[in-house]
Amino acid sequence: MSKTPPLLQIKDLARPMLGPVSLVLAPGECLCITGPSGSGKSQLLRAIADIDPHGGELWLDGVSAQDIQPEQWRRQAGLLPPESSWWLPRARDHFTDGMPVEPVRLGLDDAALDQPVSRLSSGERQRLALLRLLAIGPRVLLLDEPTANLDAGNTSRVEALIGEYRLAHGAAVIWVSHDRTQVERVADRHLMLNDGGLEEQARVMRQ
Amino acid sequence: MITLSAADLAIAAALVLLLALLSIRLRTGIGGQLLIAATRTALQLSLIGLVLKALFASSQPGWVALLSLVMLLIAGREVMMRQERPFRGWWGYAVGTVSMFLSSFAVTLFALIVILGEQPWYAPQYAIPLLGMLLGNTMNGIAIATDRLTQAAWEQRNTIEARLMLGERWDAAISEYRSKAIRGGMIPIINAMAAAGVVSLPGMMTGQILAGALPVEAVKYQILIMFLITTGTGLGTLAAVSIGARRLFDSRQRLCLDRLRES
Repeated sequence: MSKTPPLLQIKDLARPMLGPVSLVLAPGECLCITGPSGSGKSQLLRAIADIDPHGGELWLDGVSAQDIQPEQWRRQAGLLPPESSWWLPRARDHFTDGMPVEPVRLGLDDAALDQPVSRLSSGERQRLALLRLLAIGPRVLLLDEPTANLDAGNTSRVEALIGEYRLAHGAAVIWVSHDRTQVERVADRHLMLNDGGLEEQARVMRQ
Repeated sequence: MITLSAADLAIAAALVLLLALLSIRLRTGIGGQLLIAATRTALQLSLIGLVLKALFASSQPGWVALLSLVMLLIAGREVMMRQERPFRGWWGYAVGTVSMFLSSFAVTLFALIVILGEQPWYAPQYAIPLLGMLLGNTMNGIAIATDRLTQAAWEQRNTIEARLMLGERWDAAISEYRSKAIRGGMIPIINAMAAAGVVSLPGMMTGQILAGALPVEAVKYQILIMFLITTGTGLGTLAAVSIGARRLFDSRQRLCLDRLRES
């Protein structure tokens, strides 16, 4: 058992067809969640980010979500959905507080930031959406298939960047993935979501 | 003033009838609707003419208030009926009705008491036509604006939620669609003001001139009415969009599209 105080605590989180789910995440921990399509993985992340109404309780650093303004909570528990959305003409316009790292770290040309978003590939948009999320500095990353549209090289870059972010900020990650080899690479713990309930699959002790 | 006879109106009705026959022959699919709408116009206006005649004779504030209330409730229903995705439950009715009450009634009261200064201020020959003009136009603005707002929320759900996920407040996440909805509600009256007297002669002014009023007096009334309508439409649209936008989010600032229903 880890002696580190938990960063995120979830107790009896429930949605229709989901849960109740209880979880504890330590700072820097990466929890991977797998499960068949429609098992509620995305629903679980949306509920943790407080985008959908839900039952149960959540705490961040011991403070109840109810005592944190919703916009503050979502900055702390940042959700990256499978499809990114953009509302300004260029990707660069969405980075009002600057870039968290150089885009080239994710294999992105600087020019991609100044192109109309509609001309970017789904993979480019997905990587830029990750940078946009990291720019607000979440303590918990809720990643819904963040490498689904990426080739092997860019998948490695994304995994490496998320790993660095965890180390640098002590951030915890809940990572939904369909890729078993990726789970083995990045997970400290692996849970399977089935029929709305979580089952522990593996716990990895890393150096 | 030239008094119109029943025969004069029958000639005008014959023109509409001819148009309806032409529409039916061309299979436009609106011939029947045209006849129903024309019949409704004749019946509804005749009825309101009788009501106004009785009301002007009595001048009782209670009757003026009752007729105003009936007009408001009908306009509120009309706003709801024009929505592709109205709010569920009584909210669907309340957003438009409350906004029209706040705007049309406030502007009408202001005009009656401050500008016209007739004694008593609720004199039905001023209060009812003024309120009717304001309600009719405000209703259009509110219907367009709320429809645009709810449609945008429905279609742009992913974008609004993406902004929430990045820590924006609900009002920032929907601000662009709120502004567009307000513009949509206001543009018809702005266009009408811009075109007044150049492209078109407004109906009320034309009616007054035909009824024998001096053109300069008719113009003054028309300007007054257009400014009042603009203020009423603007305030009503702002109120409806503000109430509607807030209703789209719950207390934890989550977008609640289940609060909308398909009409």
